[in-house]
Amino acid sequence: MASTVTTPRRTTTTHAHNGAQHHDPSMAGRRGRRWQLALLIVLVIVFALPFYVMVSAAFKTPLHASVSTLWHLPNPVSLEGIREAWAKLLPNFWTSIVVVVPAVAISCVVGAFNGFLISKYTFRFSNLMFSLMLVGMFIPYQAVLIPIVRFLDLMSLYGTVPGLILVHVVYGIPITTLIFRNYYVSVPKALVEAATVDGAGIVRIFRSIVMPISLPGFVVAGIFQFTNIWNDFLFGVVVIPNPSKQPVTVALYNLAGTQSVNWNVMMAGALIAAVPTVAAYLGLGRYFVQGLTAGAVK
Amino acid sequence: MASNTLVSGKARVRPRRRRLRIPAPALLLAPSFLIVSIFVYVFIAYTIGVSLSKAWRPAKPDFTMSDPWYKNYHSIAISPRFQADIRNTVILTVVFVVGSIVGGFLLAVLVHNALHARGFFRGVFLLPYALSFIVTGVVWRWLFNPVTGVNLLLKYSGVSSAYQHMTGHKLQPGWVTSPTVVGDISGLLNKVLPGSHFIETQLGIPVALLAVALAAGWQLTGFAMAMFLAGLTAIPSEVREAAMMDGAGGRRYYLSVVVPMMKPIAVTTAVILTYVALKMFDLVFAMSGSGVGFATDTPGVYVYETMYKALKPNLASAASIVMLVLVCLIVVPYLARHSKRQGTD
Repeated sequence: MASTVTTPRRTTTTHAHNGAQHHDPSMAGRRGRRWQLALLIVLVIVFALPFYVMVSAAFKTPLHASVSTLWHLPNPVSLEGIREAWAKLLPNFWTSIVVVVPAVAISCVVGAFNGFLISKYTFRFSNLMFSLMLVGMFIPYQAVLIPIVRFLDLMSLYGTVPGLILVHVVYGIPITTLIFRNYYVSVPKALVEAATVDGAGIVRIFRSIVMPISLPGFVVAGIFQFTNIWNDFLFGVVVIPNPSKQPVTVALYNLAGTQSVNWNVMMAGALIAAVPTVAAYLGLGRYFVQGLTAGAVK
Repeated sequence: MASNTLVSGKARVRPRRRRLRIPAPALLLAPSFLIVSIFVYVFIAYTIGVSLSKAWRPAKPDFTMSDPWYKNYHSIAISPRFQADIRNTVILTVVFVVGSIVGGFLLAVLVHNALHARGFFRGVFLLPYALSFIVTGVVWRWLFNPVTGVNLLLKYSGVSSAYQHMTGHKLQPGWVTSPTVVGDISGLLNKVLPGSHFIETQLGIPVALLAVALAAGWQLTGFAMAMFLAGLTAIPSEVREAAMMDGAGGRRYYLSVVVPMMKPIAVTTAVILTYVALKMFDLVFAMSGSGVGFATDTPGVYVYETMYKALKPNLASAASIVMLVLVCLIVVPYLARHSKRQGTD
């Protein structure tokens, strides 16, 4: 009996195997593959060129950082540009960090809680509320700059780091809510129902049952928010007018617009401003992709 | 008797408890909902108010309406700069979105078919997406500087001398510094549409704008690729096998099976990229600024400079509302269709 069960199973596996072999490229397909690979390598080189220019220039000496030798390798390799750019950008780099860390943390926790509410409870107007919030993802922020400044001024937050954090949190909530709603759809409702029957309140359920299983969601939403907020320019320049307190992207813009600054310093500055997000991307690339596909309303 | 009262007691308590409990999630969602609504809807209403005002100033927030009420909108509509901005937005959006979608799809197919190092290829193409537009702008400004960058590559590769040999002209495109507008149809339009002479800007494609579109494409083609790659990975292998059996291999398979299947992803990606293109600001600001003759100016740059340099918040607000309307024209139908589809699920 047992053998009759296993035999057909074995045949199906071989069938599947044959099917897979069908997939294997024929001679023509293999030649096509080779062309495709060659094309891929060329495209990789083209895509990498701007990175090459940025990194190689950042390590050139002021003397060698001439526009006529843009494509040359740095020879000798020098840290002068990096050192100078770092000295200039340090206060702004610090602003970016003290803005990004709390803004990401708050917008993610709030988004997780909202996403949990929307995906696990049905209440009147929940879809309408969610949709109305989602619109916040898609407005050009130019259309809200004046009232933002007025509002922050009213709260005495204009020109301050907390003010910039507040703006990033509020405009981050729609996207984090969306990411977590999509994430929690796969969490069984029974889990929440069982806890409700046991008498746990909503906040308690969220804190002790939902939060502990939300780490992947937090990584996805966190990395998405981190890159968004770190790379922001418009809010930074509008909310904080004082150049020494502005985020690093704004400082980089100012640095690049300064006539007296050498070209290697500019590129070193660009490199410094790019390192945190690129590092996050290289370290957590898988979640990065998830975040940006999750950002597309599914 | 005792158990009876207990049951009836429970029965009495339960509905009340439930009545209290129903709005609890809504109450907990309310703070987020309220503050987001204020920051989105109330703030937009405020900006509309400024855009209709005669002379709103931060120091003197006076909402007295201008006369006629659309005066600020009229002012920007007849200004050659804003006309150039609208022209640029349309061209930038079309070139950048179409280029990124087509390029992203091709990259996705190539990466998907690669037998080795798929993760590496995907990583390289997606890496620019992690950058700030300011970083991209600062780097690409040098790549498209007429005395260096791309032009230097043209020289090294011998393209420049070959061009000079053949045409007798020197090949040194000004890229971001170029004032050239290709394919100007203003004259033609004037003949066809007699009332169109209020359009003072040249209706053609500014060369400098193509440089901006290229930089933007470099940054976001990887995003399109990632979207398509997710879609390609989701196609079950049976689909390909079935297509092969029906004799649709290779190119046919892609054209008549894969491309139609990718349509929803293409639409989503196009909507997101269009949104990016319509609000394009940082990249242009860092890469070329307004450009010669506003060749690379965008509404985003116009709003910023009119607000903080020209100090005309009412004109800037009007322009920002035009941006908002343009974005809404693209996004609202998409979101509406999306929520309708969700409703029927």
